[in-house]
Amino acid sequence: MITKRIIPCLDVRDGRVVKGVNFEGIKDIADPVEMAHFYNNSGADELVFYDITATFDGRQLFTDILTRVASEIFIPLTVGGGINTVADFDRVLKCGADKVSVNSGAIRNPSLIKEAARIYGDQCVVLSMDVKRVDGSFHIFSRGGRDDTGIDAVEWAKRGVDNGAGELVVNSIDTDGVRGGFDLEMLDAIAAVVDVPIIASGGAGCKEDFKTLFLHNSKIDAGLAAGIFHTGVLSIEELKAYLRQNGIEMRVY
Amino acid sequence: MSLTAIIDYGVGNLFSLTQSLKAIGSDAVVTNKEDEIRKADRIILPGVGAFEDAVKKLYSTGLVQVIMNEVSNGKPLLGICLGMQLLFDKSFEYGEHKGLGLIPGEVVPLEGAINPALKVPHIGWNKLNKTDIDEPLFNNLTQDSYVYYVHSFYAKTDKQYITGVSEYGIEVTGSVRYKNVIGMQFHPEKSGRTGLSILKSFCDL
Repeated sequence: MITKRIIPCLDVRDGRVVKGVNFEGIKDIADPVEMAHFYNNSGADELVFYDITATFDGRQLFTDILTRVASEIFIPLTVGGGINTVADFDRVLKCGADKVSVNSGAIRNPSLIKEAARIYGDQCVVLSMDVKRVDGSFHIFSRGGRDDTGIDAVEWAKRGVDNGAGELVVNSIDTDGVRGGFDLEMLDAIAAVVDVPIIASGGAGCKEDFKTLFLHNSKIDAGLAAGIFHTGVLSIEELKAYLRQNGIEMRVY
Repeated sequence: MSLTAIIDYGVGNLFSLTQSLKAIGSDAVVTNKEDEIRKADRIILPGVGAFEDAVKKLYSTGLVQVIMNEVSNGKPLLGICLGMQLLFDKSFEYGEHKGLGLIPGEVVPLEGAINPALKVPHIGWNKLNKTDIDEPLFNNLTQDSYVYYVHSFYAKTDKQYITGVSEYGIEVTGSVRYKNVIGMQFHPEKSGRTGLSILKSFCDL
């Protein structure tokens, strides 16, 4: 059967990975290419790169880095950040990305998912959504979690999948960075209405959190995290060994 | 010097495949030219997308005849993903379409063949189980080798051609071989160290 996936996420700004990093054995601890190597060699099942650069120069640098990573890392690569048009899809796919993740771009232009899925196939289009509780319901936030769009997250997920998104990255703003566990209640609400793979994001603090995630809802396919891996609090080898001991199928590297 | 020809017929992105051959130190040329394909020691037929479109492109460019000639001369051919599906007699992807007929069998939808609770496409890492049919390219693989799949259709063929399977509701055909014609439904170029080891073995043929 398909394994559950463990996915480190690298936020890149001006050519550097941001968020606290504290690796051993890496020369330049915030160098995206070195970090990609490190994760590739420690059994990550996929890598997600987010371009959080705002400048043209930064974007060029990101594209160069992406090409270098894709030339040396032979596991699936998902790329997001600044994807607003089909031309943006084309740009990162040519650099070796396998999947492209859209977030604010899909909010501004809801037909982007449909257009991209028609050209590149559903499997290539990932809808990434930042979700936060507002007055008892789940809302979609845009611009990196700053603006409440007022859009209902469950409806948005359903609509994205109907339009051709082949996978969802569901990030909980409420649990992000807290390291108190994934947002199971919110993930359940989304998982109940879609039948594409769901990548849970936000809140991983220890290996038990991943176990709880996968055993709690079988429709969750992957756990994504950044800080907990970057800071070395948890290694992917240790995490995967632990999950296997608990009966969750994991790829052995 | 040993050279691999990667067939370029306008189907899918060849970046990862090209880079993976570079990574294992094998010379490769991405080409649609007959003389380059004839000069190469082995051929890779990649492919992502729709079967009908891919077959049409292979025929309209005349590449089918070139590939067939080289294969009949004994040159190793590796079809990957859609490139593997093209090796069979026919496919039922959106209609019925003739394939290259290099391996007996047909390509059918996963949908309907597997438990409806399982998602289609079959995407992700799955364990590759070797069958009783020996595939020397898998000599370095362990009992716990995982490969990366992205597909909605699979090959139905006789057991004698199936060298590897993965469990996804049914035993999905993971890899096939008939003489010097090899097919892999999974993406070796995206299957980490396991995939690179398979490609290395192919490039040593």
